Amino acid sequence: MTSTTIAQDARRQTARAGRSLRGRRTIGLGFVLAALVAAVLASLAFGANALSLGDVWQVLWDRDRSEAAIIVWTQRWPRTIVAILVGAAFGVAGALIQALTRNPLADPGILGVNAGAGFAVTLGVGVFGLSGITGYIWFAFIGAAAATFVVYLVGSAGRGLVSPVTLVLAGVALGAVLNGFATFLTLIDPETFQSIRDWGLGSIARTSLDDTLAVVPFLVVGLVLAVLLSGALNSIALGDDLAASLGTKVVRTRVLGVLALTLLAGGATALTGGLAFVGLMVPHIVRWFVGPDQRWIIVCSALTAPVLVLTADVLGRVIARPGEVEVGILTAVIGAPVLIALVRSRKASGL
Amino acid sequence: MDFGYATRTVRSGWFSARLPVRVLAMSAALFIISGSVAVVAITYGDYPLGLDQVLAALAGSGEQFHRMIVVEWRLPVAAAAVVFGALLGIGGAIFQSLTRNPLGSPDVIGFDAGSYTAVVVTILVLGSGSYWSVASAAIIGGLGTAFAVYAIAYRRGIQGFRLIVVGIGVSAMLGAINAYLITRADVDDAMVVGFWGAGSIARVSWTSMIPSLVIALLIVVAASLLSPALRTLELGDDAATTQGARPGLARLALLTTGVATVALVTAAAGPIGFVALVAPQLARRLTGSPGVSLLAASGMGAALLACAHLLSLVIAQFYRAIPVGLITVCLGGIYLVWLLIREARTQYGTPR
Repeated sequence: MTSTTIAQDARRQTARAGRSLRGRRTIGLGFVLAALVAAVLASLAFGANALSLGDVWQVLWDRDRSEAAIIVWTQRWPRTIVAILVGAAFGVAGALIQALTRNPLADPGILGVNAGAGFAVTLGVGVFGLSGITGYIWFAFIGAAAATFVVYLVGSAGRGLVSPVTLVLAGVALGAVLNGFATFLTLIDPETFQSIRDWGLGSIARTSLDDTLAVVPFLVVGLVLAVLLSGALNSIALGDDLAASLGTKVVRTRVLGVLALTLLAGGATALTGGLAFVGLMVPHIVRWFVGPDQRWIIVCSALTAPVLVLTADVLGRVIARPGEVEVGILTAVIGAPVLIALVRSRKASGL
Repeated sequence: MDFGYATRTVRSGWFSARLPVRVLAMSAALFIISGSVAVVAITYGDYPLGLDQVLAALAGSGEQFHRMIVVEWRLPVAAAAVVFGALLGIGGAIFQSLTRNPLGSPDVIGFDAGSYTAVVVTILVLGSGSYWSVASAAIIGGLGTAFAVYAIAYRRGIQGFRLIVVGIGVSAMLGAINAYLITRADVDDAMVVGFWGAGSIARVSWTSMIPSLVIALLIVVAASLLSPALRTLELGDDAATTQGARPGLARLALLTTGVATVALVTAAAGPIGFVALVAPQLARRLTGSPGVSLLAASGMGAALLACAHLLSLVIAQFYRAIPVGLITVCLGGIYLVWLLIREARTQYGTPR
């Protein structure tokens, strides 16, 4: 209720400013959907193995036993689905954490989630002798979840309220500590170093469909929770006190928000090893055309982030043929200039 | 007048200053601690020495062999721990004060990532691992990146928030490139880079330490001369201008000094993480001073790095050699987390 009035208010103000937010949202949403379809098609069409577009198009509709069909159906489709899922998860996780901490710089990576997953996986490999991605998944998930939880615990050690600066500081500190321990474990043992150095890069090439299916329930619950919470997050944006006076259950919203965040960031990091910048960048891009309404931000982030991940992944497959460049590297290389452009633009990226 | 903390005013014919007692006492204590820890650290190594033997060798007496070990081999490393720690503390304090943000540290604005990338390229692509080529690559890469970050963030003046965001962006980009190069390299080469990237002072010798010490002295002089300007700038550009400061010029000088501290340390020892970030914050909480103080921060940095150095030697005794940078990161980080929890418990408020 309250959030609706706020949204209406916001809309009215924008309309008064002479620019229709609704129009911008519609155009933006249409553009994002078109881009998503294009990115999915590109992801199916391009790869290390150069198939002709006609072949791809044909086997898409007619799944025969040709080589092209096998490549498209067993390699590219699963990979595309993983990209969409982790993209949506990272994008929404970023939007959630930025809303919860009211900090435009917040990102699962910055708050130590990737570091937690990385540390847990390194621990698994170096100490418990794990091998193979399937074994990594659960370690990574637990590590990421624990890191999110600890960071939030640190930030909320007071009276259940979290100061944004403390939270980021705690995240940076925790991330550095976990990275330090992980580096230590890898540097004392060349074998661990060898098997772990690929993991942290952020790649969706090695994620199998089975692993993805194991994590999907967590991601879905996280996404649903995030969408349900988005209205309450609008009032959180005004500050905890004001949100409480508007009737929002602040503590409950925050607890559920952190839960959703943990599920999304933990699950997506477990599948990929962490994609830098997606969570940071996407909500900023989205906010640019949907305005400050969290309901729009979260839904549009879930749609926009996969576009980014897919584009980066397709680029990575094409630019280094016959090899590949990991998607995490490309999201960082693409993401940084976007972030810089945003922060340099007239409107600083406040919330 | 009550400043909220104990001060003593010193006046003579040509000199007048208000001295914050607690900052001075704490800084002195920190420097004494770091000095004695560094001396104790000299006793550890493959050839253990007693404390009396070390003191004797330092005083110029004792056995010839012991003197060689102590003065020629271990003293430069111990000195590096104290001096580099102090420099990192100063660098961190300058950056945090300029950006008015506890997260503003040279590592955050991309310096470490830049020098790391340059070193990765030097070792892995150009195939040169000699001390001087690595050191110059570290300085060139770091300065280039810091300059680029500053230039990109510049838009009708520099703003702390923008500087940090641009720094994070550029760091992440360079970090991705580093990771890419490392995964494509031979494991042995990659581990050499990994060790450098973890930050280790174990390879420091007098030949590399003496030029570092000279530059360090210049930096300390510059920092102490610029210290009042730093205080004034904390008021904000407008207020600083009304007080007679020239913000643009002062900020450029301070940034140069801050970058120089980190460039020096990174060139000699690799990126020693977290000291620059944590030392000013710990010092501020320890001294109860209103802002970050250069003196206390340098003392805290020295103490942190000296203790980490000692610990790395003790661990090497029982287990394996660990780069000191890993210890600073772990200890500094854990302490910071603990401090944040304690602070949040005692009072709720936004820490600076």
